Amino acid sequence: MKYITTLIFTLLLVVSSNETSFAGTIVVCKDCAIKKISTAVEKAIAGDLILIKKGHYFETNILIDKPLTLQGENWPILDGNEDEEILVIVADNVTIRGLQIQNVGTSYLKDRAGIRLRKAKNFSITNNRLYNTFFGIYLEHVKNGIIENNEVIGKAVEESSSGNAIHLWYCKNIEVKGNTVKNHRDGIYLEFVDSSTIQRNFSEGNLRYGLHFMFSNFDNYSENTFKDNGAGVAVMFSKKIDMWENDFVHNWGKASFGLLLKEIYDAEIRHNNFSFNTVGIFVEGSTRVNYHHNNFKQNGWAIKISGGCLDNTIETNNFLSNTFDISLSSSTNNNTFNGNYWSSYSGYDLNRDGRGDVPYRPVKLFNYVVNETPEAMVLLRSLFVDIINFSEKVSPIFTPEKVIDERPNMKKFDF
Amino acid sequence: MFKILKYSFADLSRSRWTYVYTGFYALLTMSLFLLSSDLSKVIISLMNVVLVLVPLIAVIFGVMYYYNSREFTELLLAQPIKRTDIFLGQFLGVAGSLAGSLLIGVGVPFLFYGILGSAEIGNYLILLLTGVCLSIIFSGLAFFIALKNENRIKGFGLAILLWLGFAVIYDGLLLLLLAVFSDYPLEKVALGASLLNPIDLSRILILLKLDISALMGFTGAVFEKFLGSNLGMVLAILSLMVWVGIPVLGIKFTSQRKDF
Repeated sequence: MKYITTLIFTLLLVVSSNETSFAGTIVVCKDCAIKKISTAVEKAIAGDLILIKKGHYFETNILIDKPLTLQGENWPILDGNEDEEILVIVADNVTIRGLQIQNVGTSYLKDRAGIRLRKAKNFSITNNRLYNTFFGIYLEHVKNGIIENNEVIGKAVEESSSGNAIHLWYCKNIEVKGNTVKNHRDGIYLEFVDSSTIQRNFSEGNLRYGLHFMFSNFDNYSENTFKDNGAGVAVMFSKKIDMWENDFVHNWGKASFGLLLKEIYDAEIRHNNFSFNTVGIFVEGSTRVNYHHNNFKQNGWAIKISGGCLDNTIETNNFLSNTFDISLSSSTNNNTFNGNYWSSYSGYDLNRDGRGDVPYRPVKLFNYVVNETPEAMVLLRSLFVDIINFSEKVSPIFTPEKVIDERPNMKKFDF
Repeated sequence: MFKILKYSFADLSRSRWTYVYTGFYALLTMSLFLLSSDLSKVIISLMNVVLVLVPLIAVIFGVMYYYNSREFTELLLAQPIKRTDIFLGQFLGVAGSLAGSLLIGVGVPFLFYGILGSAEIGNYLILLLTGVCLSIIFSGLAFFIALKNENRIKGFGLAILLWLGFAVIYDGLLLLLLAVFSDYPLEKVALGASLLNPIDLSRILILLKLDISALMGFTGAVFEKFLGSNLGMVLAILSLMVWVGIPVLGIKFTSQRKDF
C-alpha cells in the first residue's frame, strides 16, 4: 500500500513538472471557447501565456495568483465600467503587455488601480495603455521589476478625487522607463522605494507633481521631461537621490516649482534643464546637495533657498536671463557658489583666464525688496530699481554678504 | 492744421537732428544684432533702451523745437489760422518725425533679420507700439510745458524734471509707499499707480512678455486676474491711448487762452 502511494505521488509529480515545462497558450476572444479573461486565468497553470485578442472585455478584479503572461493582440480593451479595479497580481514572474485598460471608478475609500501588484517579484509591465483608471499602476511590497513604455492618461480635475499614474509603495529595484504619464495627481509617486531607476519618462499636466519621492533612498532619475505640472518633481525626506539630464519646463503658478527639495541629503543634481518655471528649484532644509552643469533659463527665480540649507555647492551652472537668479530667505549662508556663468554678470577678466576678476552677487537688493513687499513686483525692470540695485552692488547692506560667486565664468558653458 | 503739420514735418525731416536720432537707433539695433543674432535677445535689450531714452529724447526734442520755431509761430499767429491748428500741427509734426525715426531706425533692421516670419513678431510690435506711444506722449507733454513757460531755461528744466519724475522718482515714491504700508493689501494700489504713469505702463506691457514666469509666482487674486489673462495687456494699451490724448487736450486749452 505504501508502495502504491509513493508511485502515485511520483506520477503526479512527473505530470505536474511536464505541465510547467511545456507552457501552454490560452487564447481569449469573443468567439473562442474561453470568452472571459478571468476564466482563462483560472484554467491556466503556472507559466502559461494568455493571448487576448482584440475585443471589449468588461471585467473587474481579475486575480492573477500564478506566474502568467498576459498578452494583448491589437489592443484588447479591458473595461472596468467605472467600477472596481481590473488586474490584481499577487504572484511572482507575471508579465503584462499590449493591453488597453480603462475606466476604473473613482473611490474615496479605496485606492483602485488599473493594474495592481501586491507582494510580487520579478514582474514586467510593458507597452500597455491605461486610460481613466483613477490609479494607473499600483505597486505595494514589490521587488525587482520593470514598468516600461506604458501610456497612463487620466482625467484628474482636483487633487482630492484623483490618483497617481504610477504609484510605488514599499518597493525595491524597480525600473520605470519610457512611460508617458498625464493628467493625474502625481505622475510617478514613490514612497519607501529604494534602489530604483526612473528614466526617459514624459510627465505632463499632473495636478500635484510630475514625479514625487517620499522617504525613498538610493534612487535615481534621468532623461525625463516634466512639463506643465503643479510642480515638476518633488523630492522629500529622501537620501542619496541622483538626478541628471532631466528637463523641467514651464511649471507655472503660485506654488509651482521645477524641482522641489525638502529635507533631503546627499543628492546630486547635474546636467538638467530648467526653463520657463516660476521657480526653477525650491530648496528647503537640504544638506550636502551638489548642483552642477545645469541650465537655468528664463525662470522667475532660478533657485530659491529657504531656511536650513547647509553645505550645498552650486558650481559650473548656466544662469541665463532669469528674472531673479538666487533668492535666500536667511541672511546666513554656508552654501558655496563657484564658477557659474551668470548672464547678468558685468565684470571683466583682465588676466584672461576665463574667470571674472570681480565677484558676482546673485542676490540683488530688489530680491530682498520683493521678499518683503511682494506688490513691489510691478516695479521690476524700472530704472529706479536698476539704480538701487547698482548702489547696493557697490556697497552691500541688505543683501547677504556671503552669497557670492568669487570667480564667475565669463562665457556661457555648452552643455 | 494739416498744412502746418506738413510744414513742420518737412522742416524736421530736413533737420540734422532727426537724422542723428534715426542713425542712433539704427546703429544701436545693428550693433545689438552683431552681438547676438537672437531676435528675442535684441528685442529685450531694445525694450530697456526704449523705456529710458525715448521719453528723454522726446521731451528734449519737443521743448527745443517749440522754442526754436517761436519766430515762425509768431508769424503764423498773425495769419488768419486757428491757434489750436498751429500748435497741434507743430506738435504732431514733431511727434510724427520722432515716431518715424524710431520706426525706421529700429524697425527696418529687424526686417532684414527676418522678423516677419518669426515667432517674435508680437514682441516686436509691442516694442514699436510702446516706442511710438512714448514719443507722442512725451513730446506732447514737452510742448505743453513750453507753451506754459516763456522762459527757456525754466522750460527745459521742467521738461527734464518731468522725465526724471516719470522715469525714476515716481517708481521710487511708489516703492516707498508699498514698503511703508506693506501690512495692507496694496496690489490694487500698485497696479493702479502703474497705470497712471506712461513709462510704467509700457514697462508692464514688456514685463507681461518677458517676466511672466516670475509674475505668476505672486499670490494675489487681482494680480492673477490682471496678469494671467489678456486683461492686463488690453487695459495697459487702453491706458496708453488715454495718455496720448492728455497732452493733446492740454495743448489745445493752453494755446486757446495764452496771451502772446
